[in-house]
Amino acid sequence: MADDNNTDERDDEKISPWQQIIDNPFLLLFIGVAMPTVFYTLWGVMEVATIPIAPY
Amino acid sequence: MALFRQCPDTGLFFHKEAENLMKANAVAGVVCLLIAGTLALLVVLTRWPAVHLLPADTFYMVLTAHGICALIFWVILFEIAILYFAGSTLLRSRLATPRWACAGFVLMVVGAIMTLAAVFGGNSSVMMTSYVPMRADPSFYLGLILFAVGALIGCFVYLGTLVVAKNEKTYEGSVPLVTFGATVAAIIAVFTIASGAEILIPTYLWSIGYISHIDPAMYRVIWWALGHSSQQINVAAHVAVWYLIAGVVFGARPMSEKVSRAAYLLYIFFLQLASAHHLMTDPGISSEWKIFNTSYAMYLAVLASMIHGLTVPGAIEVAQRKKGLTNGAFEWLRKAPWGNPVFSGMFISLVGFGFLGGISGVVMGTEQISIIIHNTIYVPGHFHATVVIGTTMAWMALTFLLIPVLFRRKMILPQFAKLQPYIFGLGMSMVAVFHMAAGTLGVARRHWDMGFAGNPLGFEYPATAYLLMGIAGIGGVIAVTGGALFVIITVGSLIFGEKLQPEAGLLQSFGVPLADSAYSDEKPARLPMAPAEAVEADHGEAGFEAPGTFILAMVLLVSFVIYYFINWKYLSEVWGLA
Repeated sequence: MADDNNTDERDDEKISPWQQIIDNPFLLLFIGVAMPTVFYTLWGVMEVATIPIAPY
Repeated sequence: MALFRQCPDTGLFFHKEAENLMKANAVAGVVCLLIAGTLALLVVLTRWPAVHLLPADTFYMVLTAHGICALIFWVILFEIAILYFAGSTLLRSRLATPRWACAGFVLMVVGAIMTLAAVFGGNSSVMMTSYVPMRADPSFYLGLILFAVGALIGCFVYLGTLVVAKNEKTYEGSVPLVTFGATVAAIIAVFTIASGAEILIPTYLWSIGYISHIDPAMYRVIWWALGHSSQQINVAAHVAVWYLIAGVVFGARPMSEKVSRAAYLLYIFFLQLASAHHLMTDPGISSEWKIFNTSYAMYLAVLASMIHGLTVPGAIEVAQRKKGLTNGAFEWLRKAPWGNPVFSGMFISLVGFGFLGGISGVVMGTEQISIIIHNTIYVPGHFHATVVIGTTMAWMALTFLLIPVLFRRKMILPQFAKLQPYIFGLGMSMVAVFHMAAGTLGVARRHWDMGFAGNPLGFEYPATAYLLMGIAGIGGVIAVTGGALFVIITVGSLIFGEKLQPEAGLLQSFGVPLADSAYSDEKPARLPMAPAEAVEADHGEAGFEAPGTFILAMVLLVSFVIYYFINWKYLSEVWGLA
């Protein structure tokens, strides 16, 4: 058991920060939701919402 | 205690609950495909000018049901099956919260039935896009919301399964590339479904009178975050299926895991922003928004698809060359198992998606040249290349693979199964190419009668447009024949196929669990880490390791460049400058 833990720790040491990001599905989920929410949805909605309303 | 069985042919492990849910989702998906395909025949025979089968009101009802059934129900039900396969089977893990997964499946089925009942009731012929202020029956929106909630539950069950697998250390290192691709699909699905909730819940409230008004421009912006992103789930998932089939059929390993994963990362960052190309002609939205989301972000997602389009056949070529098929540039491809529908379906999916869907997609995503084909029949031509040739054919190829592995039945009619991808691929390629050609001549996308008979401001298309629509009609009939063949072979195999193990009875083909005796409570051995570094060290040192794939990639690039500039030439003819 102790050997297993040591092996895992060594594995963790070898993993680059970049790989740790790629291996974290919830971080990727955050990026995958935040990017389109900001650049597509919020920006697009702001554009439509700021169209002046035509006078009757 | 989680129960697992091991497939004696492939060595894959199946968690009992996950296996049943994979079957149930896949079978429900194929039922939706059957409905969508039957309706497709009616659509084809109406848009074929010489036949013009249905009256206008029936046509719009049928087209609405066809679009929703094919683009939403069929692909997403099957995708949930893929997620459970990628999360549970490929990671040798139990499925997280199978009861929630069952609840999600029930919600999806109930939602699909509600929506279709509303459409066939005749008062919800609002097309898949359901643009306001067209108002459908409230049950139409409610059905879609229930379906979306069910799919969202499926995505979180998948993400939960990743956590279970990591905590229980069922695998070493990073998740396999196919599972990584499925994760990307699930991430895109979460954004897609959230966008659906943002717009469909208010629209439902509007349909029952609680909200007085929905801004059509606002609706279009948010709806397309659902409408187009739902097809991006397909892209991420069918690319994962390409990698899976390349691995299973050829033992192929990705040419570079790092490059393939980086390409998937580009999907996470940029793929969903491509939804903006549906709004190229919308007033009130700035060019900055349109150009950033398409001409910058979308091109990076296209780059990712081109990388996958290079690395999948490249991996196959490397694997084939290692087996001694080294003569010339294409011996590896000539001697590929073209009679195996798993491979042929996957390869037609890859080529059709790249050459037809990919190239036309870039044209549609360029603000200037998009204008000449906007809202024409070119658009259905494009998305039948991406979603039907690309996604549906990948799903079909995977189904042929899974009939013996997952359902434990031998496939019936093997000679017809060999032909099926070619019939379906040929027919659907004709639909895509000739619809795109007719769209270039301006044929309207959704109009029941391209002749505009009886309208005071009619428009006469050149005779060529009628010819092109006729040929597309013939292609559609061929494609429907191929689709029918798929349903007959797959459903027939589940019912009449020879049992590969005695427990695989009729009900077990449709999601009822196998007897406990088929399973063991012994935990599967830990999935070893793939030796990626060793494989990558093999690659890249000898220069052109996959010359055939390089030539194919260059053909794609040259075709793309030529077609792109042809469209600029068309544009110059639309507005002659003195």
